Amino acid sequence: MTDDELIWRIAGGSGDGIDSTSQNFAKALMRSGLNVFTHRHYPSRIRGGHTYVEIRATEDDVKSRGDGYNFLLALGDSFARNPKENAYYGEEEIKPLYENLDELREGGIIVYDSGMLDTDDIPNFDERVEENDWHVFDINLREIAKEHGREIMRNTAGVGVTAALLDMELDEIENLMEDAMGGDMLEANLNVLHDAYEMTNEEYEFEHDLTVPTGEHDEEQVLVSGSNGVAYGALDAGCRFIAGYPMTPWTDVFAIMSQNLPEFGGIAEQVEDEIAAAALAVGASHAGVKAMSGSSGGGFALMGEPLGLAEMTETPIVLIEAMRAGPSTGLPTKPEQGDLESILYSSQGDSNRVVFAPADPAEAYDQTRMAFKLAYDYQIPAIVIIDQKLSGENRNVPKSFFDRPVDADPGSVLTEEELAEAPHDESGKFERFIHETDNGVAPRSLPGQKDGRYLATGNEHNKAGHIDEDPDNRVAQMSRRMEKLVSIREELDEEHESQQSYRGPEDAEYGLITWGSQQGTVEEAVDRLNERGVSVKSIGVSDLMPYPEQEMTEFLESVEEAMIVEMNATAQFRGLTQKELGQFGEKLTSFLKYDGNPFEPEEVVEAFEAQINGADESPVTRTEIRPAAGD
Amino acid sequence: MSAFNAIGEERDIDRDEYTPGIEPQPTWCPGCGDFGVLKALKQALPEVGRTPEETLLCTGIGCSGKLNSYLDTYGFHTIHGRSLPVARAAKLANPGLEVIAAGGDGDGYGIGGNHFMHTARENHDMTYIVFNNEIFGLTKGQTSPTSPKGHKSKTQPSGSAKTPIRPLSLSLTSGASYVARTAAVNPNQAKEILIEAIEHDGFAHVDFLTQCPTWNKDAKQYVPYVDIQDSDDYDFDVTDRREASEMMYEAEDALHEGTVLTGRFYVDEDRPSYQEEKKAIGEMPEEPLAERYFADDYDWDQKRSYDLLDRHV
Repeated sequence: MTDDELIWRIAGGSGDGIDSTSQNFAKALMRSGLNVFTHRHYPSRIRGGHTYVEIRATEDDVKSRGDGYNFLLALGDSFARNPKENAYYGEEEIKPLYENLDELREGGIIVYDSGMLDTDDIPNFDERVEENDWHVFDINLREIAKEHGREIMRNTAGVGVTAALLDMELDEIENLMEDAMGGDMLEANLNVLHDAYEMTNEEYEFEHDLTVPTGEHDEEQVLVSGSNGVAYGALDAGCRFIAGYPMTPWTDVFAIMSQNLPEFGGIAEQVEDEIAAAALAVGASHAGVKAMSGSSGGGFALMGEPLGLAEMTETPIVLIEAMRAGPSTGLPTKPEQGDLESILYSSQGDSNRVVFAPADPAEAYDQTRMAFKLAYDYQIPAIVIIDQKLSGENRNVPKSFFDRPVDADPGSVLTEEELAEAPHDESGKFERFIHETDNGVAPRSLPGQKDGRYLATGNEHNKAGHIDEDPDNRVAQMSRRMEKLVSIREELDEEHESQQSYRGPEDAEYGLITWGSQQGTVEEAVDRLNERGVSVKSIGVSDLMPYPEQEMTEFLESVEEAMIVEMNATAQFRGLTQKELGQFGEKLTSFLKYDGNPFEPEEVVEAFEAQINGADESPVTRTEIRPAAGD
Repeated sequence: MSAFNAIGEERDIDRDEYTPGIEPQPTWCPGCGDFGVLKALKQALPEVGRTPEETLLCTGIGCSGKLNSYLDTYGFHTIHGRSLPVARAAKLANPGLEVIAAGGDGDGYGIGGNHFMHTARENHDMTYIVFNNEIFGLTKGQTSPTSPKGHKSKTQPSGSAKTPIRPLSLSLTSGASYVARTAAVNPNQAKEILIEAIEHDGFAHVDFLTQCPTWNKDAKQYVPYVDIQDSDDYDFDVTDRREASEMMYEAEDALHEGTVLTGRFYVDEDRPSYQEEKKAIGEMPEEPLAERYFADDYDWDQKRSYDLLDRHV
């Protein structure tokens, strides 16, 4: 935890423009040459409610939100209040100061809108300021905004004050504002920005040590969220059909796709429910288009039926599961990794699907592309898991990373010439589901092709697709469908670089294991533990199914003990690992968190140190250490 | 190079082309109304002029779901109640296909009721045939959404307290642009209505009365039927929503009183189909999307711009 980084938190009520302001400020920091990472926290309501975004910016590679923060911009609670009556909606008071101070680091800066907030409301404020050596700037942002524009531009005034306090140039911020708006709106915002900047420089004395770090990128960067990564990956995988139903946090992917697909000549459909959404993806794919759907926990639960239909009819589809905390409606805007088992096994019968869980926005792009490739090559559903954390988390990625051609290959589809030569049954139907193949894949035809007629059915069926309950045929078809997973694992292991990520010395004594969106946090913890003399390495698992048996076995054989870090209460990935590997139970402990917030690196460090020192309980509140089997 | 040469191919279509050579004999009970749908479809399809290979028949689950096992087109036997979302996406993906969906009254008006309402609302260019026998057949005789009030079954031992669905009225209210009712016992009318429905440019809903001699012995066997277009007693304008609505109400009330009114109830040729509506707002490609993956000259990178990478929603 050092202060050669800026972690800027903008807090206020939902509706204060916190999202857009932070997005632009993060871009400005990125364009000034820094690596950035944003973290978004918001309540399940439209107006009011405590919300904040953090931007971590450093010269070094940045993998997580970090621990705590060092600059607070507290805007206020305008949208929770009815300005005319000076009354709050409901009983709740929104206190961006009160709710944020616990995590503000020593020596940190507080800027608050004195036109909206009063420190008299905060218990022991002055004592806490003194104790923590905080630098407080009470600035009437509301007044500045009103004078030069409209009250709503308090966020712009706050950015102006921030820039002055950190000794930043305004160029990048101005450029971004010019991109985002025009006319009177732009002029007013620029006035507010400059006035706040100059006023702060003129009227205040700066005694703090914090300045904005400097850095340089060797190539152009773009700011990409997990949802952006998934959507761009899908577009570049040749996906031209999406069907969905809004649900947080899946809606981000759905909205990006819906806004871009018409431009790309594709089709987006918002439909009546999630059963329909996944069924539409099946229908579009059956007819020959690369198609996707997706949802979050509750909506994905509804997709079990069409997902199973895709497995049985061997229709390629890609589903996105953007997890949030459950069960049921759970914590609608908070992250959790609690849907893993539902994603692996939901729908009747034996699961036959590919499941990926990317770690960051760039990997979300890669793995979504790979999900489409595998789905269409192997005629199997592929599910990409993200969560509320990754979905809204922005990171800078080199623009050239995306410089790859569109993959328009629809996979294992036969041409009409090939269909004419392909086996047909006595009635003239194409034998679409032949038993004998090299890799489990029986090539398919598309409706409208000559010589390709067959019946796709959710019932067990024979080679030409007719319903068939013959035991020999059943075993042949089931075995062939399951064989695809074996082939896919071989392809992932051999032909493509593994998406699993390793950190720390290869010969380390201990291991940390995590999956999906927690990878960056765990890797940062590994770095810190090694700096403190603990010999530990990590594996962040991104290819979950088919399970990476070989890699996980090698990793676990090489360490004395390993701790699996995941955001759920029942250690679901650990359960999968023990099921798949059938050993290592005595080596594996779990570090679990399910309070609605992702792990922070220091939490992982403390829990891991406690574990190797033989502690029964986690030193970190609201988390749990689950001991090894037999302990 | 097209991947779909069968679409739009002009040739004489043999009546037997839709009859599979060695298909299993239908597993429907003797006397089942479903035979009537199969027969009417086999007669209608060649006359519409679509080849078996450009026809996609999507079904749900139940006795009706087996229809595409006995009809030699491309088929998709989906899951209970879900034939419509699968079918309408296939049509969006490849509008060249002749897409027909079929299901039973439990399938279409019960578990799939939501999809029915929304597919009609959007007016997708497709045909939807509901085998309405007022009973769950394949699961052995339970009360269905169209079973009359008071209907007794193993799952409703005291008799159903529910008023049956009014499928015609529901269809009209939801937005279907073609609504008809026919009956298996009236093969000539059934064939004509199916031809019209398939040729209709929009969502054509056919409530097809299919008697169930096994589980619904008490039900009227849909005779005697009346063809409302042939009868002087029923003079109304099929293009007028209000008149159509009144006629539907009368037909739905009369069904359980022993008068089976069949025919065209509502025809709106002017309402654009969903595809046309989407094209009008720039959200539907001019060329069939499915073709693009096989077009040698399509430039996949033409629209690809990383301006969107810096665009946030």
